[in-house]
Amino acid sequence: MKPIDETRPTAPVIHVSPSPHLAQSTTSTRRMMVDVLVALVPVVAMSLFVFRGYALLQLAVCLSGSLAAELLFVKMRGRQSTLKDCSAIVTGIILAMSLPGTAPWYVGVIAAFVAVGIGKIIFGGLGMNLFNPAMVGRAFVMISFAGALAASGFEDVRSAVDAVSQATPMNAYKMNGVVTPLVHLFWGTTNGSLGETSALACLLGGLYLIIRRAASWEIPAGLLLAVLVIGGMADLAGPADGWTVLHHILGGSLLFGAFFIATDPVTSPLTPKGKFIFGLGTGTLIMVLRLFSGYPEGVMFAVLLMNALTPLINRWTIPTPFGGQ
Amino acid sequence: MFQGFRNDGHKKNEIHVAAMGLKLEGYPGSGTFAHGVHPPDHKKLSKDAAIRVMPTPEMVVLALHQNIGGPCDPMVKPRQTVQWGELIGKGSTFVSTTLHASVPGIVQRPVRVTLANGRHMDTLPIKTEGELPSGQDLWDEIFGGDWPTTGLNAYEPTQISRDINDAGLVGLGGAAFPTHVKITPGDKKPIHTLIVNGCECEPYLTSDYRLMVEAPVSIITGALLAGRSVGAERIVIGVEDNKMPAVAALKKATDGTGIQIAVVKTKYPQGSEKHLIQAVIKRQVPLGGLPSDVGVAISNVGTMAAVARAVIHKKPLTHRVISVTGGGIVNPSNVLAPIGVSFGALIDFCGGLTPGAARMVAGGPMMGFAFANPNTPVTKGTGGLTVMTRDEVNAGEETACVRCGKCVDVCPMNLVPTKIAMASRHQDIALSRRYNIMACFECGSCAYTCPAHIPLVQLIRVGKALVAAGGI
Repeated sequence: MKPIDETRPTAPVIHVSPSPHLAQSTTSTRRMMVDVLVALVPVVAMSLFVFRGYALLQLAVCLSGSLAAELLFVKMRGRQSTLKDCSAIVTGIILAMSLPGTAPWYVGVIAAFVAVGIGKIIFGGLGMNLFNPAMVGRAFVMISFAGALAASGFEDVRSAVDAVSQATPMNAYKMNGVVTPLVHLFWGTTNGSLGETSALACLLGGLYLIIRRAASWEIPAGLLLAVLVIGGMADLAGPADGWTVLHHILGGSLLFGAFFIATDPVTSPLTPKGKFIFGLGTGTLIMVLRLFSGYPEGVMFAVLLMNALTPLINRWTIPTPFGGQ
Repeated sequence: MFQGFRNDGHKKNEIHVAAMGLKLEGYPGSGTFAHGVHPPDHKKLSKDAAIRVMPTPEMVVLALHQNIGGPCDPMVKPRQTVQWGELIGKGSTFVSTTLHASVPGIVQRPVRVTLANGRHMDTLPIKTEGELPSGQDLWDEIFGGDWPTTGLNAYEPTQISRDINDAGLVGLGGAAFPTHVKITPGDKKPIHTLIVNGCECEPYLTSDYRLMVEAPVSIITGALLAGRSVGAERIVIGVEDNKMPAVAALKKATDGTGIQIAVVKTKYPQGSEKHLIQAVIKRQVPLGGLPSDVGVAISNVGTMAAVARAVIHKKPLTHRVISVTGGGIVNPSNVLAPIGVSFGALIDFCGGLTPGAARMVAGGPMMGFAFANPNTPVTKGTGGLTVMTRDEVNAGEETACVRCGKCVDVCPMNLVPTKIAMASRHQDIALSRRYNIMACFECGSCAYTCPAHIPLVQLIRVGKALVAAGGI
């Protein structure tokens, strides 16, 4: 064999490495995050259309807050910048979409810092956190700034933007028994957190996520199944006040939560079976909170509670190996 | 003893391959298995290159341990003259086999070399001296002539097994398990089916494919003999559906023999014996068990051709077909080469390396071993040399696991690779065993798929070593 001359740029340089020597070129963590961003496009577009300047401001606040928090906390840990994995952008946008547009700017900033800093980085960064970062941030401000995220926080009767001048559909029903027509819930011309109002936008984005396999179908399927069953039973057992299981599905942040929040891979189980159980549990908790608690909505708490159960679900669903008993 | 096929029952589940009008009657399998991956196969580089006979090299280096099981004890001394095919090593245990000179020549002083799989091994180098048929003559000597498909009852089952051991046969599909241990009349575990593995699911490799196309009759004769030895009621050849010319050649060769061809779906790792058994007869080999536990003997097509030669002509295994392929090879080829030839000589025979060559792999890219020394010798289990360019290797930067579960979705053993890998990384033996680490056969589907480019297989290997060291 001819000797290899490494001084010539055209000579081959051989290196070794353990097998496999092939890697799928189309997948990367960053690519998965970009898929989530693409899936968020209809949701963000709809929020800008319905809430105008409110949505734009909240997005800007949460995005810059998330990126700043990522930079700051990673620097404090003495690690290399992880901005390019795009996960901070995803957290920022999902956080913004889960807040009311009317929330003051400092609420968004604090939520973003808690989400990225305490929700993610102090656990060790992307992949190590136990709880959905955006939901950690949102839960923090929901308790600290109760007024900003309570019913009154969403409404401003003097606002020039139509949606903001109304009560949210969930509140209107919980407090006054007013049922919002399904058509409004479907298109999203109602008040609420920025990204949750349009069922159509959530469905479009969610379908994209599932087709691209950036999110597993088992979680939304389990979640929707649980809501359908429990909501259906509530329909049969409860008063016929016009609020049906379909309102439960199209109203509030159920679809946004099912496709964009519960499906966070880091904080959900690993196996298909585990994911389905996770979805069922989340859906069940959402319905329990909606039907029996004082809150009109339950997606955030349901997801956080199920996140806590994820390690246990993983343990329960260790698959039987091929050829095992 | 081989008595033809039972065609009762299982009629409902037939594999239809409309294009060829083939049916796999009487077999309950679905023609595939759950999970797995579809890597780009790159087989077009060498699949139409007819097998070329390599000129006798100046030197061969024969490792004394080329198989799973025990090593060989050397039977010759330095400076001794040996003939082509002369016995030079004898198996030290039952799970071991013999070794023969692959060229005529003079035995040199034993040296220790590092094989492609990283094991340091004593070897017997032989400096070529004397005549070895070349070119077409060598081909005719090894694969040519008439291969009988009838009248094989004259060969006794135990004698077939003994001939296989005397010829030094190991599984030529890559694992190099001594063939006489598998192909032997068994009393305790009756064998009902002999499956001949022609899947060749590794990307790039085409040596089995070319053999099926160019020497199908020797494979059939070997399969009939092996089937007779194990007492199989039926013989099936499993071939992936991306190798239809091979199916056609085998179809013609099996005419009137009763051997069936199972055309299975192209998916990696279809050539794994457990998964081929699942695809054809829908039985799962128990964890830690062998194919014989479900009444199956399974062996590679190249091994079957060598069985025919060992039993009918009493000739040992001295040469094998090797694919020399990949973007790093100037003329990707399939080569009939003597065992013990250096990979460097194979590369030279195929035109040398291209400037972009970046990684030399003994075997295919999914399970093969990368090595750096071109003097590394070929062993009996070497089915290919894949030289890949940097672009083909496409190594991504490792990032954090986001627990997406894609490794779980592709694992053909239905494991949770990321959990096992993390347990290994933190040396948590109890956790890795709870997740069935020892069931992993390192096919590489998980690491191939991982979006975070985590070296899952390597971590699992380390974990398996830890478990083994801890005593099971």
